[in-house]
Amino acid sequence: MAVDGALAGRTFPATEPYPVSEERVAEFAAATGSQYDGGAAPVTFPIVVAFQAMLALMEDPTVGIELHRVVHGEQRFRYTRPVAPGDVLTATLTVDSLRQIGGADILGTRSEIVDANGDHVVTAVAVLVHSGAS
Amino acid sequence: MTFEPGAELPVHEFTVTRADLVRYAGASGDRNPIHWSDRVATSVGLPGVIAHGMYTMALAARALDDWAGGPGRVREMGCKFTKPVVVPDDDTGVVVRVAGTVKAVDEDSVSVTLEVTCGGEKVLGMPKAVLARG
Repeated sequence: MAVDGALAGRTFPATEPYPVSEERVAEFAAATGSQYDGGAAPVTFPIVVAFQAMLALMEDPTVGIELHRVVHGEQRFRYTRPVAPGDVLTATLTVDSLRQIGGADILGTRSEIVDANGDHVVTAVAVLVHSGAS
Repeated sequence: MTFEPGAELPVHEFTVTRADLVRYAGASGDRNPIHWSDRVATSVGLPGVIAHGMYTMALAARALDDWAGGPGRVREMGCKFTKPVVVPDDDTGVVVRVAGTVKAVDEDSVSVTLEVTCGGEKVLGMPKAVLARG
């Protein structure tokens, strides 16, 4: 099944508010082999929030993506400020681009992650590569 | 941190096993079966179970945070996932090596390029970061 060609430019609803707790940051840090000593979360921690937005995209039956056919092509984070416990974050994902190359769909996505006040914290840009069924 | 352009970051080597991928899947919410099932991974043309690109990126970020004296300094970080890190089903795993060089320094930021390899081959494309000074 091909990805819906009208996807480019579509913005998905904001994710459920994600309360950043010390426990979750410590769990993430431990999973990447480091120890959390308080303060700012690790650089790639916001992927936890961005991934919820990406999952909503990938699990939307009208989009036509199968999760196991997706690999991550590219990722960038642009911070306004670090993430820390106490933050309540939501991500709003927009599909900026959609290209087909060699039977694969290349989706350029951008998740704007904001805090409880609606102030920008970090932008997570992800390129997702969805390979077609063989 | 050393602020002169051309300064090299301390090299970090991280061992990655299947157990690490399972832990990361739980902490990140990314439970894509290509990161734990050889059957699914090979069915979509991968050589076997691969590490989450974000796991490898998190290791690179960890090296940056260590160099910077802790999390919270990275303003931007990005990379392409150019070659999968194949993780065998054994107790040995694979080694991901992270090296880096200071590229540019200005009044309030330091630009770093990284080199992230596995088995001597680059696994991340153009990994780079901008860190806040002071």
